[in-house]
Amino acid sequence: MTKRETVPIAERDDIVRVRRIVREWATDAGFGSTDLTRIVTAASELGRNALLHGHGGRMHIELLERASGLGLRLTFEDEGPGIVDVPLALSDGFTSGRGLGLGLGGSKRLVDEFDIVTAPGKGTRITVLRWA
Amino acid sequence: MLERIAILRMGEFLLVSIQVDMHDRLATRLQDELAHEIVRTRARGVLIDVSALDTLDSFIARALANIALTSSLLDAETVLVGIQPAVAITLVEMGVQLEGLRTALNVDRGMDMLREALAETASSAGELDEA
Repeated sequence: MTKRETVPIAERDDIVRVRRIVREWATDAGFGSTDLTRIVTAASELGRNALLHGHGGRMHIELLERASGLGLRLTFEDEGPGIVDVPLALSDGFTSGRGLGLGLGGSKRLVDEFDIVTAPGKGTRITVLRWA
Repeated sequence: MLERIAILRMGEFLLVSIQVDMHDRLATRLQDELAHEIVRTRARGVLIDVSALDTLDSFIARALANIALTSSLLDAETVLVGIQPAVAITLVEMGVQLEGLRTALNVDRGMDMLREALAETASSAGELDEA
């Protein structure tokens, strides 16, 4: 099993690829069907953000191992404008229009660990982790 | 890439069955085509079968909500049919609101729902006439 891969996110079709690759890796790592859906959905949200708000970037996917089992760490990077107000970005807001509608708050709830490094003009790096 | 999602006519309803991992452009195209089909066929209801969708993220959810809103502006009700359990759980956890969208377990239940909704509309319209 490969331990690490990088997937470019440059156009809309890449979001479909991101979903497919995360699904394959999560299946190999033994994720149950609901956890599988959680991690793939989070990846879809974050991948789309990297494309639409970050103007393109990449996803690094890593297989992790600990005594109780396997997990996946996904890192989404872009060299875009960065997020100015992180708490606002993390607040809810899909069709309701609150927050920025970036889906970050939602994605955060789907994973075990969520880390964001961003600054205006300095791009964004979001790392999420989910154990199987 | 000219993919299309087939829009089937079932009496006064339209049925859309999403079989592919829908990418963003396809979702937008579906919104446009469905709106035109509703008007062209004078459909009163739309059933969107999502039983084959393994992932339903906020973008697709928004597209579906937009379809429902557009349909209701065109005098048609929308029912989402066959959401997978894992997808339903994930949507709830994310906090995604599928505003204006009714859901049903399968196409049969969805059609019952649409017929009931249309019967209600018809009877309340009748009451208005009497007033």
